[in-house]
Amino acid sequence: MEMPKPEPTDLSRPYWDALREGYLVFQRCRCGNAWLPARTHCPACLKPEPRWERASGRGRIVSWVVYHTAYHPAFADKLPYNVALVQLIEGPRLLTNIVDPNEALAADAPVVLKIEWEGDTALARFRLDYTPA
Amino acid sequence: MSLSGRYVIAGIGHTAFGKLPGQDTVSLNVEACRHALADACVDKSVVDAVFVKVPTSAHQFMYGQKVAEALGITPRMGGCWDQGGAANITLLSFAIMAIEAGQCDVALVCYADNPRSGNRAVYGRPRGDDAAYGWFSTAAGYGMIHRRHMIEYGTRPEDFAAVAIASRKHGAGNPSAQLRKPLDLEQYMVSPWVVDPLRKDDCALVSDGGAALVVMSAKRAKELGVAQPVPVLGFGHGQTSFELPQRATLTSTEAARSAHTAFQMAGAKPQDVDVAQLYDCFTVTVLMTLEDYGFCGKGEAGAFVRDGAIEYGGQLPVNTSGGLLSETGMPGLQLIMEGVRQMRGTARLQVSGAKLCVVSNQGGTMHTHSTLLLGN
Repeated sequence: MEMPKPEPTDLSRPYWDALREGYLVFQRCRCGNAWLPARTHCPACLKPEPRWERASGRGRIVSWVVYHTAYHPAFADKLPYNVALVQLIEGPRLLTNIVDPNEALAADAPVVLKIEWEGDTALARFRLDYTPA
Repeated sequence: MSLSGRYVIAGIGHTAFGKLPGQDTVSLNVEACRHALADACVDKSVVDAVFVKVPTSAHQFMYGQKVAEALGITPRMGGCWDQGGAANITLLSFAIMAIEAGQCDVALVCYADNPRSGNRAVYGRPRGDDAAYGWFSTAAGYGMIHRRHMIEYGTRPEDFAAVAIASRKHGAGNPSAQLRKPLDLEQYMVSPWVVDPLRKDDCALVSDGGAALVVMSAKRAKELGVAQPVPVLGFGHGQTSFELPQRATLTSTEAARSAHTAFQMAGAKPQDVDVAQLYDCFTVTVLMTLEDYGFCGKGEAGAFVRDGAIEYGGQLPVNTSGGLLSETGMPGLQLIMEGVRQMRGTARLQVSGAKLCVVSNQGGTMHTHSTLLLGN
């Protein structure tokens, strides 16, 4: 069963293309505000034309859930799988998977980007970062 | 001049709750409105406004006009509002403000849906491009919030259980309730995971059904001979971002701003409240609403609900007819109706001498919140 795929638009295509090239990007406005997902206008000052900026790939886990129900058949053989809310050190937050065992996930744990391919789509997953601070 | 106390809920009505195969949402709305008008003892000919909440499971174009047509009413004002479960109190507020502004005179506020026998796909829907990561369902968003509450405040599974146990206890004797099976802590702790940390018993029921309110001024209610009008003392609202990750915090809700407006309008304080009907789509919602409404400090709801404080006979009885966890999963009107019964003194689990009831409605994944204060 094929996994659900993102549907890149003219607006979001740079994000998905960057992942294919091996890095994670977010948007930043001239006012300094940074965010994901892609928008045409800064939600703080409403200026258009934000620029794409490469993320360090480091962040921390804000919260997570572990699915015991498959709402799509492609996830049935992945149960129980996690979805985590990660905050990048640059500020933007995104939903992702942590590739470590569910039991290893912890509040505010540092994580680092680990791009994985599902078919022809590159996804921004993360792994726990055990590097001493 | 303040609106507080000058407008009333004149009548309440609902359909059966549970599984109602073969009934469309328009029919369920009509049935609920019929009962609400009968309860108010007024004829539909006086109604000149119909405010409808969109059916969650099936958004439709110009749905408000479909309902008005089926009711045989040509309203001066009305329409259909999408704000998730917070819409009911919002529509009631709109009705009051519209009557005050001379735009209409008597309003019906109603909602119906049939996701149980119809299509419940909305509750398990993919959440945009994040579905590629497996991000599906309404429950998962609440799971994120539930976990963060545990992380920040040390809230325990027993605390979430206390919310479900109270609603289920209150609903067990309610002949209209969909789930009349009491729950104890042991049963809760082995209830199957839906999306960990949410167990099945943390989650609202999926229900068919409809409900309706008749709204008018206190003066008009007197002229029309309404038997048991319940005055609206205050209302308020709050709204936040569409996507969960966009919120600065997961553990505060718009309940705080919403309640602040409502209590200010009513000239009342949380300490004055005798009974509460709090939106319990998921158990964490009740805990956070208790905190944000000021019934306890931030992070203290777990301790507050322990030892039966929110059960009938406790310090603050909550969801005395069973709420979304037991009576019906219908998003919110059942709570307003039970608030009306408590203020009339006709509730099955009547809180003796209750003079002030707070009702909360909430939409989406804590996207929207509305608060209602009822008196007698």
